Amino acid sequence: MTAALSAKEIVSQLSARFPGAIEEAGLDSALVKSESLPAAAEYLKTAEGLKYEYLNYITAVDYYDYFEVVYMLTSLEYNRSVTFKVRCYSRDNPSVPSLTGLYQGADWQEREVYDLMGITFEGHPNLKRIFLWEGYNGYPLRKDWNR
Amino acid sequence: MEISSDREYIYDAAELDRHEGQVIEKLKASSRKSIPDPDAWLDEDIKRNIVLTSLDWVLNWARRSSLWTAVCYPACCGMEWMATLAPRFDASRFGMEIMRASPRQADLLITAGTLTWKMAPNVKRIYDQMPEPKWVIAMGACGISGGIFRSGYNVVPGYNKIIPVDVYVPGCPPRPEALIYGIQQLQKKIAKIKAVPDLPKLPNPLKKGKK
Repeated sequence: MTAALSAKEIVSQLSARFPGAIEEAGLDSALVKSESLPAAAEYLKTAEGLKYEYLNYITAVDYYDYFEVVYMLTSLEYNRSVTFKVRCYSRDNPSVPSLTGLYQGADWQEREVYDLMGITFEGHPNLKRIFLWEGYNGYPLRKDWNR
Repeated sequence: MEISSDREYIYDAAELDRHEGQVIEKLKASSRKSIPDPDAWLDEDIKRNIVLTSLDWVLNWARRSSLWTAVCYPACCGMEWMATLAPRFDASRFGMEIMRASPRQADLLITAGTLTWKMAPNVKRIYDQMPEPKWVIAMGACGISGGIFRSGYNVVPGYNKIIPVDVYVPGCPPRPEALIYGIQQLQKKIAKIKAVPDLPKLPNPLKKGKK
């Protein structure tokens, strides 16, 4: 069984290395600032003792006031997992840095989030709809979406 | 789409995506109303000439006894259809077991499963490629009306929005027995179709007193 590393530990490590990168630390997850996401993720992937090399999923939640993109990483070496989140407050043009350079598996996941939630991933090599077709009106998983 | 000779690929990906989107939007716009179910089999027997009737009978017997199925399994009802084909239920007892990889050799389309708009043009193409005469069985709740996914953003609310449906088999998914029963109902329906058009009614000289 994969154990979740306490977010506290991660947060203390991250904030020591990237001051001001952590927006909020919850019980089981950390909220990372969007501009420091690539650096933080790279640290989580490569740092000795962490080695979060496996990306479980990327998903997104619509909280009306902001969108939250949720990442879950697992370390196969240490058999632990961690969840961290990024918020984007703009509703018209929400955008988050892409992790495709770090995790290959992020490619389609980010396309899915873009397709259904309308969040742009900056630096994604091929950001276009993956389930729906070109010319589909709106982003159906947003709370205010209406056919 | 225009093709120039110096391209690496015939179509580029963005063009294909745009074209696909246009095809889906066009199909979606043109399928607001359900297509009425075929009613050629409803005509009364009385109108028939004896000779033509037996010709009809032979034609319909041949057609209904060799229903070859095109492959169209977008979702989970396909599992029940596979069970229908397998030895336990053995659809081949009724002459309906031959699956055709090409729709050009098939005359029955069993639509086993939820259809999304993205898939809809392909199903319509399968149907269009089947030679006449052809029949469609809408299998399962999703095939009939979209089922529990009816109000989804990407689901076709029933196959009869894009192709005419002859028999509806309800269930989620229907049992193999139900599907076999549905195919038998279709066979009964085919038995009543007239292959030859009506002849004009002539007054019968043997009947006196009546015109």
